[in-house]
Amino acid sequence: MSFLDFDWEYFLLLFAGGLVKGSIYALIALGYTMVYGIIQLINFAHGEIYMIGAFVALMVSGVLTIYGFSGVSILVLAAIVAMIYAAAYGFTLERIAYRPLRGAPRLSPLISAIGMSLFLQNYVMLSQTPDFLRFPSLIPDFAFMEPIAHIINSVEVVILGTTVITMLGLTYLIKFTKVGKAMRATQQDMTMARLVGINSDRVISMTFVIGSVLAAIGGVLIASRLEQINFMIGFLAGVKAFTAAVLGGIGNIPGAVLGGLVLGLTESMAAGYISSAYEDVFAFGLLVLILTFRPAGLLGKAVKQKV
Amino acid sequence: MIASTIRKAVIAALWLAFLTFPLMVVKVNTLKDLVEWRWINLAWVLYSGFFASLVWQVLYQYRKTKKADDEDDPSLQGLSLGDRLMVSLKDPYVLVLLFALAYFVGLYPLVSFEFWRWSCKIALAVLAAKLAYKLFLVKKVRSCSAVMKESPLSKPILFAVLGIAVIYFPFSVDSYQVNIMVLALIYVVLGLGLNITVGLAGLLDLGYIAFFAVGAYTYGLLNTHFGLDFWICLPLGGLIGTFFGVLLGLPILRLRGDYLAIVTLGFGMIAHQVLTNWTDVFKGNLGIHKIERPGFFGMEMDLAQATTYTYFLVVLLVIGTIFVTNRLKDSRIGRAWMALREDEIACVAMGIDMARTKLSAYAFGAFWAGTVGVIFAARNTSINPNSFTFLESAIVLSIVVLGGMGSIFGVIIAALVMMLMPEYLRDIGEYRWLVFGAVMVLMMIFRPQGLIANQRRTYKYEGAKGEES
Amino acid sequence: MKKMRNVLGLVLGLSLALSTFAAAAGVKLAVVGPHSGDLAPYGIPTKEAVEMYIAEVNKAGGVLGGEVEVLYLDSQCKPEIATNVAAKVASEKVNVVIGGICSGATKAALGIYKEAGVIAISPSATNPPLTQSGDYPNFYRTIAPDDEQGKMAANFVTGKLAAKKIALIHDKGDYGKGFVDFSKPVLEAAGAEIVMYEGITPGAMDYSAVVQKIRRERADAVVFGGYHPEASKLIAQMKKKRVKAPFIGPDGIKGNGFLEIAGKNAEGVYATGPMDVSSVAMNKDAKAAYQKAKNAEPGTFFDQGYAAVIAAIEAVKKAGSTDPKAIEAALKGSKFDTTLGTIGFSASGDATGVGFAVYQVQSGDFVEIK
Repeated sequence: MSFLDFDWEYFLLLFAGGLVKGSIYALIALGYTMVYGIIQLINFAHGEIYMIGAFVALMVSGVLTIYGFSGVSILVLAAIVAMIYAAAYGFTLERIAYRPLRGAPRLSPLISAIGMSLFLQNYVMLSQTPDFLRFPSLIPDFAFMEPIAHIINSVEVVILGTTVITMLGLTYLIKFTKVGKAMRATQQDMTMARLVGINSDRVISMTFVIGSVLAAIGGVLIASRLEQINFMIGFLAGVKAFTAAVLGGIGNIPGAVLGGLVLGLTESMAAGYISSAYEDVFAFGLLVLILTFRPAGLLGKAVKQKV
Repeated sequence: MIASTIRKAVIAALWLAFLTFPLMVVKVNTLKDLVEWRWINLAWVLYSGFFASLVWQVLYQYRKTKKADDEDDPSLQGLSLGDRLMVSLKDPYVLVLLFALAYFVGLYPLVSFEFWRWSCKIALAVLAAKLAYKLFLVKKVRSCSAVMKESPLSKPILFAVLGIAVIYFPFSVDSYQVNIMVLALIYVVLGLGLNITVGLAGLLDLGYIAFFAVGAYTYGLLNTHFGLDFWICLPLGGLIGTFFGVLLGLPILRLRGDYLAIVTLGFGMIAHQVLTNWTDVFKGNLGIHKIERPGFFGMEMDLAQATTYTYFLVVLLVIGTIFVTNRLKDSRIGRAWMALREDEIACVAMGIDMARTKLSAYAFGAFWAGTVGVIFAARNTSINPNSFTFLESAIVLSIVVLGGMGSIFGVIIAALVMMLMPEYLRDIGEYRWLVFGAVMVLMMIFRPQGLIANQRRTYKYEGAKGEES
Repeated sequence: MKKMRNVLGLVLGLSLALSTFAAAAGVKLAVVGPHSGDLAPYGIPTKEAVEMYIAEVNKAGGVLGGEVEVLYLDSQCKPEIATNVAAKVASEKVNVVIGGICSGATKAALGIYKEAGVIAISPSATNPPLTQSGDYPNFYRTIAPDDEQGKMAANFVTGKLAAKKIALIHDKGDYGKGFVDFSKPVLEAAGAEIVMYEGITPGAMDYSAVVQKIRRERADAVVFGGYHPEASKLIAQMKKKRVKAPFIGPDGIKGNGFLEIAGKNAEGVYATGPMDVSSVAMNKDAKAAYQKAKNAEPGTFFDQGYAAVIAAIEAVKKAGSTDPKAIEAALKGSKFDTTLGTIGFSASGDATGVGFAVYQVQSGDFVEIK
């Protein structure tokens, strides 16, 4: 096949699809990576926060529709309430399931996290429904996008835009604010940070809150793209996002973004050029391959263990 | 003290009500634009949240102040009955039971009378038993168990009783009960196998069920295609399981704890996908059917006999697993695993071959999963990928965790509870994952050592005679 | 609220529920299917249908001089649970099983039923070999097998829609893949070109790559095998990506569930499904009674489940005993007035008088295309 015969349009379509998927992964992966960076814990229940965010948005938009609100105002309000609730759930989660286990063996908080994940999934299933629910398409189709809608449509533009803005905001927060400095200090050395007067418990809570807000944004965005949700969406998305975080080097914020994009693009290309039946096999195969050669992930630094 | 406890509980209940409001109270139908407000749930959340917080606070306080169980409680000796009562009321378990009783009594307007009466009765009975034990029996029971411990006969007697119960079981109940017991025992073996990897060597494996699938499909394929006998496939399943264990262990040797978790999870998912997608070989979701039951020198058996026969096979396998795991635990390699679990760097510095130790932990775990997978396929006579999902891996993991990591007896009890409870309580089947999830969290916080704590080997120097306890 | 109550009752239930084993004379039925878990929406309607019908029968004095006893057993559509349940069915001396729901789990259980002399009438296990292989003479069903459905969809696509390039997509399940596989030879025989044959992962976050592939292959029609959540996700993304090929699916998407979650996107989607029976008087009555009791529309396979339990009870009445041979003779030798109209059973166990039709979603409802 010569260079010109190559179907560039098809490639572009897959690329755009992968980019959108990857940016959602990245949004969720940030939550994993931030928490891991600070307390070396895989917050297995993070995917569930994303799912709860989407559900809360659904409830809010359902109620608002009935009270006669319309279009964009519903979207904004639903997203804000979803973020508040996700933050509240993230905060409570840390207080109940992780804080009592600080200082316990490494496996304990991880198992507690798996338990929490199962609990939250089933809590939503029992309080709502095991069926899929329709999620209203809150983002309108912009008329000016129509000519290129088959490549990238308005929902996807909103997803990409939101992701970029969120990333910039997060970078600012971590680099230039007081909270961000405290977070970085705690990440480097918790004991030392405590000594210089940083309330590490508060910093950890803050990390959970920020990570959960990001997950809720991801949840609302993906739900309005797929137009349906159920209680299991958090599990697969969580596993993928976690894979992305590990791929990029867990604990590393640019790494999570890179990992998300790499994973999204790999899946999209594998599905487009080979077969979507093996999409997940490629995703995890890539993970194993990269970890074999770079055990700390793409951007992660190999940490020398001190004895 | 009491006032602040109650204030905290009220705040917790209100916070919980806020958290659960959108999901417990609101229910929308976006197609017809209907909203259902389930206010009654709010009452439930407030009420239950208040008591849950009380219980939590009591347990948490207790966890902080006192780590061990209430062994011989010296504070009770030589006190009058009234004083003993006062002391007993401070016991966390008594307090928790009191709260439970109060909770059920208060449920009166919310539940049916029948349910209310029964729940109150049971809570009251348990509370009374606990109090009676505290007030009158503590010393007597303690001395009784001390006699049991010291008597040289108690162990053989215990084993004999257990042995008779195990042998008598399939003849005393119908084949349905035997059948589910077989499944439960299969999970006992799985739990014991994963216990080697997770409990002893401290390598978290979230895709353990893949090795189980390897064993099951080994027998399923070899039997249906080549007519290979169960007895040939049984060791073969174990060996192929081991092979995959080593194969998957190799690329992840360099990874540390958390990376390991996600990679093994990935392996589990890849295995499931391959089984589902590669339909030419594995027949996809339709699965493999008409697998032969295990034979016994060509004897013809009807369904009930075959079930009983399979039961004894699994019992033998369980005994074998217990024996081997027990011996392994005390062996050189077992010590190496435990050392690795405690501190990898120190362990390697002491000259333990990390690669070999880790690989052998995977291999041993996978061996048991593969072996019991063959029995699983033979028992069901049909297999499909639905039996090998992440949820099954999570079940096995929670068996190990609930049983107390590294503890063999605990794993057996946990496996039986996990597998038999949903069979007998089909009505509450929907809630089992909710409860398991919560139990996993609570267990980690309040009883990290599991149902039955693993007795760590300790050495005491007592004069000239060293003694293990 | 009832759910919360159950959660709280869990601890107590542990000790109480162990004591409910009772024996009774008369006819014993068992309803086997997924009553919990993600496939529960396909199992529960049948359970409800049996509950309703048996309540009526028992009110009218029962059968063979005794009340009909029914066991409700949850197989979760897993073979190992299904064999547990089958062992329970055998040991409880059940006469007729209504179920199972999923073909795979049903197959695992049928061997045990056969040995125990239990007859199974399934409302939804559509896998063709269940009846056609002759391995399970004790198996009957009130739904037509998948191959008929697949052929029907194929003929519709090449005939009415005059499609030349077909994309086949399935969810890798036995049901979905079976549907696609049965339509494939018929499509090829009619001269259509299969431009795409692909499995998708249920529950995945996004199917945009598959949709782009459909666009690239310029498919005239998409034949999808699977259930409604994936179908609605696919059509939502097809719509977003402006892929306009007509979409046709099996009876797994022909239901209210699909209309509810696909919403406006559902317009124009085709689906094969059991012939329209809403004009049958008995069907109307059953639906009205359900509406009255639960204030909702009955779910998938309600009609088939209702028909299965009617056939079971009528056959026992006709046989005059619970002897399996007599019941089988009655099943094969007579016609039954059911919610599906008048049906009978062929020698292999497939229902006669039931069949498929093609529907299209028009202004929010499935309309039969003649």
